[in-house]
Amino acid sequence: MPYNFLEHTADVKFRIESPTLEEMFSSSADALNETIRGNIKILEQKEKNFEIEGKDLEELLYNFLEELLFLLDTENFLISKIKDIKIDLENKKLKCVATGDKAENYKFTNDVKAITYHEMFIKEKNGKFICEVTLDV
Amino acid sequence: MYKKQLKKISETEYELPKTGKMNVPGKLFLSEKLLNDVEENALKQIANVAMLQGIQKYSIGLSDMHLGYGFPIGGVAAFDIETGVISPGGVGYDINCSVRLLKTNLKETDLRGREKEITHSLFRTIPSGVGRGGKLNLNENELNNVLTDGAQWAVEKGYGKKEDYLHTEENGKLENADPSAVSKRAKSRGMPQLGSLGAGNHFLDILIVDEIFDKSIAKVFGLEKGQVVIMIHCGSRGLGHQVASDYIKLMDDKYGHPDFDRGLVNAPIKSELGQKYLTAMNCAANFAFANKQLITHWIREDMKHYFPNFKTEVVYDICHNIAKFEEHIIDGEKKEVLVMRKGATRSFGPGRKEIPEDYRKVGQPVLIPGSMGTSSYVLCGTKKAEEISFGSTAHGAGRIKSRTQAHKDMTFEEAKKDMEKRGIFVEFGNQKGLIEESPFSYKNIEEVARVSHEAGIGNKVAKLKPLLVIIG
Repeated sequence: MPYNFLEHTADVKFRIESPTLEEMFSSSADALNETIRGNIKILEQKEKNFEIEGKDLEELLYNFLEELLFLLDTENFLISKIKDIKIDLENKKLKCVATGDKAENYKFTNDVKAITYHEMFIKEKNGKFICEVTLDV
Repeated sequence: MYKKQLKKISETEYELPKTGKMNVPGKLFLSEKLLNDVEENALKQIANVAMLQGIQKYSIGLSDMHLGYGFPIGGVAAFDIETGVISPGGVGYDINCSVRLLKTNLKETDLRGREKEITHSLFRTIPSGVGRGGKLNLNENELNNVLTDGAQWAVEKGYGKKEDYLHTEENGKLENADPSAVSKRAKSRGMPQLGSLGAGNHFLDILIVDEIFDKSIAKVFGLEKGQVVIMIHCGSRGLGHQVASDYIKLMDDKYGHPDFDRGLVNAPIKSELGQKYLTAMNCAANFAFANKQLITHWIREDMKHYFPNFKTEVVYDICHNIAKFEEHIIDGEKKEVLVMRKGATRSFGPGRKEIPEDYRKVGQPVLIPGSMGTSSYVLCGTKKAEEISFGSTAHGAGRIKSRTQAHKDMTFEEAKKDMEKRGIFVEFGNQKGLIEESPFSYKNIEEVARVSHEAGIGNKVAKLKPLLVIIG
């Protein structure tokens, strides 16, 4: 798995190491999603296109993950995969397609309240993109 | 290393001396036993909070403190209104995550043998879990009324009675709540979720008053041994989370963030943005008050099916994650400050105008829920708390074990057996929650309450033993 869950007493913290920035972003979405759904597989019944902006890379990642929580709360949309992700590094913009299903078709319990900036970082080291994110659960 | 720097002041108090950029020292209400479990990074967070502008006297950690984001959980700080800042990280994402205690006219024997049907029924009646909305679907106008009027909105709509909100912090309605400060995005997350418990550590418990420590105060709160009581723990759901997130971004854009922790992004209290956050935060807090009022109403309706003469009254309803303007003594003088409590409970002593009239002589009820398998406590606020902890004490058992560790240490079958052994009937959203919320994931609530009592910042009144538990 391209993501690892780290120890955090109250919340959930994960670390991603990926060969590309795009993969690092989509793996972050996978880590968030696993926190919410556990080991249940979500079917790819629907597609959502969306675009995200940020003023720096950290904010772009924060906004991207927050959008997934927003879709779950407002449209009951639970993602399965992130596809066709494109990041415009210069303008800190992201475009992607998310596939997924209606949340009410599944039984799961972990409520991720929010993405946090707590000890969040994104860095490039030895050709790898690394990030750590803490979720408020 | 922060732990090494700590100075022991007494058996229940430690000081983190002021070093580096700290404006004030840290003050921790801990026993040696509890200190052993406090993470080094949680102490770092105490020091980080002490670096914020305008902080008064000390950065406080309570007996249930542990690592959070921005502030530690179990963290309290007060800020000068002219020079100080407000930080959404000092309130938390789940604005007004809070606890309400109901007393009933039932005894333990009324419930025995009917545990399963009652728990099932409540589980069906009170919406819980992720992605499951409440029973109401409000339009934006009506939601605005909720954000302005809180629990009072719900009572006006027929969900409960006046006495319910009179026994709620701030009468269930924080003034200065302007819905125009709440984004469309936050409102759209809130609209489908009003009247739902949520998931994770949010719960509904039916408990028995197991032990009374202070008879006369227990009598004032209407509690007696053997009585069935109900505890509701939930917050402002996606609406509050989004308000926090929105203002973290706005403050970051306008003022940047402290280099030591982006989670402590803040704005001057007096600034337009600081004021706007406070009014939006009040809206989210009112949403949480209304939420618990609706749940109270549905509990009343549901329990009547089983007990036609069922009666339940609100003992009290307290905020855990909130910022409030309060008067405190600073340098010998009365002064209004902004107190931020993150995973902490207000614990005012006798006489404060903020306390409901019928409790004012004895002090404010403080509710400290334990984990789902252990006791919970009712404490009473004190004058001493006002002097040494800005009128605050602990808010719960406090986590000790990460969720990942909980899964390594225990299987679902073991967690289930453990609850059966304790004689507690549990209804849960799924198996994961039962493992993660197991009593082994939490600190010893007895010790958390004892330290609050010994330190004199919240005195023990009654101990409650869980019987039926519903976790989202």
